[in-house]
Amino acid sequence: MSELRDLYQEVILDHAKRPRNFGRPEHFDHEAHGHNPLCGDKVNIFVILGAGGRVEDVRFEGRGCAISMASASLMTELLKGKSEAEARHLFERFHQMVTHEASGDPFPDAAPDDLERLEVLAGVRQFPMRVKCATLPWHTFNAALASGKAPAEVTTE
Amino acid sequence: MNAIPERRSDANYYDVEAIRRDFPILSRTVHGKPLVFLDSAASAQKPQAVIDAVTSCYAEEYANIHRGVYFLSQLATEKFEGARRKVRHFLNAAEEREIVFTRNATEAINLVASSYGRRFLKRGDEVLISEIEHHSNIVPWQMLRDEIGIALKVAPVDERGALRMDRFRALLTHRTKLVAVTQMSNALGTVLPVVEIVRLAHDAGARVLIDGCQAVPHMPVDVRAIDADFYVFSGHKLYGPSGIGVLYGKAELLEAMPPYQGGGDMIVSVSFEKSEYAAIPHKFEAGTPHIAGAIGLGAAIDYVTATGLGRISNHEHALTTYATERLMAIDGITLVGTAPGKGSILSFTVEGVHPHDVGTILDHHGIAVRAGHHCAQPVMDRFGVPATVRASLGMYNTEAEVDELAAALRHVREIFA
Repeated sequence: MSELRDLYQEVILDHAKRPRNFGRPEHFDHEAHGHNPLCGDKVNIFVILGAGGRVEDVRFEGRGCAISMASASLMTELLKGKSEAEARHLFERFHQMVTHEASGDPFPDAAPDDLERLEVLAGVRQFPMRVKCATLPWHTFNAALASGKAPAEVTTE
Repeated sequence: MNAIPERRSDANYYDVEAIRRDFPILSRTVHGKPLVFLDSAASAQKPQAVIDAVTSCYAEEYANIHRGVYFLSQLATEKFEGARRKVRHFLNAAEEREIVFTRNATEAINLVASSYGRRFLKRGDEVLISEIEHHSNIVPWQMLRDEIGIALKVAPVDERGALRMDRFRALLTHRTKLVAVTQMSNALGTVLPVVEIVRLAHDAGARVLIDGCQAVPHMPVDVRAIDADFYVFSGHKLYGPSGIGVLYGKAELLEAMPPYQGGGDMIVSVSFEKSEYAAIPHKFEAGTPHIAGAIGLGAAIDYVTATGLGRISNHEHALTTYATERLMAIDGITLVGTAPGKGSILSFTVEGVHPHDVGTILDHHGIAVRAGHHCAQPVMDRFGVPATVRASLGMYNTEAEVDELAAALRHVREIFA
């Protein structure tokens, strides 16, 4: 049962129940719709870019399990102010965190504070079926940045 | 080997513990907890008699069928055709040649859509299905619609998940050429009145295909009493192997239908100019089939028949009533699908908790349930939920297991309190 406690930490449950940056903004620059057809999770990501192409704001709407909603909520908090390259780098590190066993010094070059905050989702790696729940918002964010005028569509399958 | 434990003839006698001992997997643990398997509607576990039949096929009696003059090939052919005989008796079909082996019910429906549909349906004809069909009884008809221009009509269900017979009757017209419905919904447990449906359809001049996947493990089925034109089911939900399924079709229909796939075993003679097709059922069984699967299915039929489908049905109904009471006693649980007389499926939501989170937590209690849309997305849309948790009960489930489920659901509520 300790694995369950690792997965459903207070922070996760809090973000799932009271997601931050939730709702569709009136104006935005990029949009993508993420969908996991296996479980029906849906997450829409809206990105507002600021000076120098940095992320000024990210918001999301959707419905899904606690893991996907908490991951989306945490992600929107962390991505504000990031450049596109920094955002992609953070996702790479996060992806490693949820798919690989922890090692001694796993992410020496990443933004340590951000990764520390994402550490609450590391319990997912003990639940291979749930990794896609945690990564769907990030994939959708990447697709949003890469999208043109029309919203991008992302699916996990 | 293949021993079927003797059961007492008393109709009320049901020794669930003895049955559990026949299923080796039920004694294993998951995450350190005894396995509580509540996902038989997805695929049922296998009794030792089925495992032995498959093992014995490969270990002692295996060769390709319908070919060799040698001993082993004859023996394997006899066993394979013996399985067909068992299926015929199980469904009370008139003749063995009305039983076609397929990979599963999905392939059986595709066979009918492709062979019967392309030959006998034409643009403007209507196929009538219900709102609670599995994707396997929706998509083949949509593919046929896109190919030849038939129309697909959908009869709705009411808020409890029961088929709206008034709407079904209204949708059944002279344009309806085929009715394709499930006998029991995999997502909700609703049991459809197939005898009445077939009578109405026949009166309207339509043929009827019944998806019996969920029905055959839970109730005696008599295709002649139902007067079904086609009846399909999968072996793996009937405690048999996966990869083997059955299409029953009335002989006159199967004879009139063109082959589904071409190849070996389905021909009488082949030249480069022309091939002559074999008689039914072999016309529809191109290529080497799942020989051990069919034999295993025969053993599964022997097993459930020896136990008695009437007794199994009584046990499951009592257990479903018990489980319904236990679940309804937990705050925040809403059952989806409460049609009168429904089968042993409990589909439900837990307030404020996504079904996948419920599934993960239950898994850590050793409890296997399905969480998702159950390959029936239109059902989820109808009831306005993205997904449900589904506990499906089989012949080996017990009240103690239902109690475990209830306790684990309280734990879910605690975690998400």
